[in-house]
Amino acid sequence: MKRQFKGKASHFSVALLMSLISFCSFAAIDVYEFDNAAQEKRFHLLMEELRCPKCQNQNLEDSNAGLARDLKIRAYNLLKEGKSNQEIVAYMVERYGDFVTYRPPLRPTTWLLWFGPFVILLLAGFLLLWRTWRVSKEVPEKTELDRERLKQVLQQYEDEEPE
Amino acid sequence: MEKSKVWIFLAPLGVFIALAVLLFNSLSNDPRLLPSAKLGRPVPIFSLPVLGTAAEQFSQENLKGHVSLLNVWATWCPSCRVEHPVLNQLAESGVVIYGLNYKDKSEEALSYLQQLGNPYQKVIYDEKGDLGLDLGVYGAPETYIIDAEGLIVYRHVGVVSDEVWLTVLKPLMDAASQSEQVPSKGGLSG
Repeated sequence: MKRQFKGKASHFSVALLMSLISFCSFAAIDVYEFDNAAQEKRFHLLMEELRCPKCQNQNLEDSNAGLARDLKIRAYNLLKEGKSNQEIVAYMVERYGDFVTYRPPLRPTTWLLWFGPFVILLLAGFLLLWRTWRVSKEVPEKTELDRERLKQVLQQYEDEEPE
Repeated sequence: MEKSKVWIFLAPLGVFIALAVLLFNSLSNDPRLLPSAKLGRPVPIFSLPVLGTAAEQFSQENLKGHVSLLNVWATWCPSCRVEHPVLNQLAESGVVIYGLNYKDKSEEALSYLQQLGNPYQKVIYDEKGDLGLDLGVYGAPETYIIDAEGLIVYRHVGVVSDEVWLTVLKPLMDAASQSEQVPSKGGLSG
């Protein structure tokens, strides 16, 4: 009798433990409540624009890192306080630097990043124009030269033919 | 004609060499080491309990008046155990170190210090990680140098080894101490 009771008790404790485990995993999924759909959309947009400093190349929306969760909750609270997205991004940049945003601000150190590709595109365009201009200038000269040579060769050939 | 042809071959070579140098340099650059956004700025305003005490509060004001290290650590952080003996040594040699116990459980943190020794003057207990977030902490261990005015001079991310101490932290701390002494000397003469 006693033994049976013990068995039941251990079953119960195992069940209790398991319920705790599942409870923990549920706790990892945060539920954010919003005043309206626009606010929710704004929050998700923000989470996609902010980069997790811990797990690089993941935004806060995708990341499950503890730090990303903290930042998400902080951003959520700021949003609820009525802060604009711009203010929240500035708040994060103040703490984690430019790294935290996927849209680096425009300043002398980021000029290369922002304008570099366009400079290269312009350079490539100029190079292409210059090349085609040069080729079009050269081609007639060449054909004239070639014709002259052709005439010469033909002449030679004709001169040699009778022999 | 000949000259421009040479140039056409040299230009891509030049671009290649420039790219190679750039990329090769980036190889030794750890992208996980982020510069702190807080350099030269004051330690954020906070008021948190001291670990192991019920009532004692610690704020940014307590960090002023001397050059110190602020070491972010937690019992869940394996690298913190690696650097702990080094911190103990530094504390013995007279370096002022404050601890920031980051997102941890106080009982576990206290038994950790009992086991491994306590190099900290005071340990700030940041259970929720609020101060960590304001400081821009993105992982433990991190070690900040705080000057006498409470400004953040430097942040080291990762383990403080003997080498890191000697080559990076100590020179900066010495420089910070010297610049602290200059105005006090002026005060004496004036």
